[in-house]
Amino acid sequence: MKNIFLFIRRFFVFICFIILQVVCVVLLSNSSKTHQAFFAARANEITGKIDKQYSGVRDYLALKKENDKLQQENARLLNMLKSDYEAPDSTIKTVIDTSIRDTLNHPRKYTFLPAKVVGNTVSSQSNYLMLERGSNQGVKKNMSVISPQGIVGVVVEVSGNYSKVMSLLHRNTRVSAIIKKNNSSGDVEWDGTDPHFVLMRKVSKSAQVVKGDTVLTSTYSTYPGFIAVGTVAEIKTDATSNFYVLKIKTATDFFSIQHVYVVENARYEEQTTLANKKDLRNVE
Amino acid sequence: MSSLLKNIVRFILFILLQVFVLNQVPPLHQFFVPYLYFLFILWLPFNINRFLLLVIAFVYGFALDAFTGRYGLHSAPCLLIAYLRPFLLNLLIPQETTEQSYIEPSIKSMGWAPYSLYIVLLTFIHNAYLVFIEWLQFGNFIYFLGKVAGVTGISLLLIFITEMLFFRKGKYRTNAA
Repeated sequence: MKNIFLFIRRFFVFICFIILQVVCVVLLSNSSKTHQAFFAARANEITGKIDKQYSGVRDYLALKKENDKLQQENARLLNMLKSDYEAPDSTIKTVIDTSIRDTLNHPRKYTFLPAKVVGNTVSSQSNYLMLERGSNQGVKKNMSVISPQGIVGVVVEVSGNYSKVMSLLHRNTRVSAIIKKNNSSGDVEWDGTDPHFVLMRKVSKSAQVVKGDTVLTSTYSTYPGFIAVGTVAEIKTDATSNFYVLKIKTATDFFSIQHVYVVENARYEEQTTLANKKDLRNVE
Repeated sequence: MSSLLKNIVRFILFILLQVFVLNQVPPLHQFFVPYLYFLFILWLPFNINRFLLLVIAFVYGFALDAFTGRYGLHSAPCLLIAYLRPFLLNLLIPQETTEQSYIEPSIKSMGWAPYSLYIVLLTFIHNAYLVFIEWLQFGNFIYFLGKVAGVTGISLLLIFITEMLFFRKGKYRTNAA
């Protein structure tokens, strides 16, 4: 006990420093949505890891029970085998219907899940939408969201029946896009000023652009390719670089958005795990 | 003017300057925010208690955060430099002579070179930590360094101007104080 007090006295200032830093971080995560999301995600990661270990141990301890259950299940299923019911006379034809999700076996990549918008902001620097469709209905983090007119945003948080979408009108938005006419690519961002317009940067000056050109998502983006982003409203030339800065009128009217589609990409995880592999990143 | 009163006036002036002047410089804001406010912490007296220093830094950062609305963003770097300050000062000043005779860090009390080193190091640490806690990632590390270096450069320029404008006659510590 004495040693504990001695320890505390010796490192008193350092302990105070750490405590006050923690207070800062807590305050910061309470006052800023970005920080809140960041720390929540980190905390989830850690607790998730511990949970996984713990459930691994628990599963191991329950292994015997589980085996017994499986054996029973096996026995039950074995008794239901078709061969068990072989009729002495084979004039009856048995037809087995095996219907899978897509009977023509087309490899499906995108599934569109309709959702209703129940909350939306356009006036702040970081705008979010709320959708009434959550993880119980198949929505996952990082799915992209489109409206009948064009792109809307990306799902950033999911609960049981609701999901939160980072709108295109968010400072952190970045969408890879192309100009429909000549496929020249660029990045779409929002500068936080006017909710009717977004900016498209990094468009090469060699591309021929006129007012009114249509801008679509490119196949590099998280969205499915060739979904409308908007139309070019103004062309600015950046004298210091070799790129245009295009002002784009958004295709989606964020002021009256009611129904959207959440896009489920069946191969998203495969793609991101490959992209995040350590070796590949080092090559860059 | 007593040291306490002087520091209270500084507290208020630095915060007002940062919030209403430096935070409002629009052309710089594309990339850099000029930070000067933390000079208050660097100018606090030598003989201040380390715990008290932390508390003052926290309150000071918190006061600034109250204006910007993101509580904790400036308090955290303020705390860090307040925590590191005594260690750095111990290294930089000759214990038995200077610390006894002068009240607070200044060019006169520490000499040009140690004082510049003290300012540059703490400014860099402050800005690096501030940018880091704002972004929560290093992102492109070169870009991160560039941003920190740019902000630090502007801060140092401002500190230099401040030192030239308000030349502090490094006061001796007297028994009466």
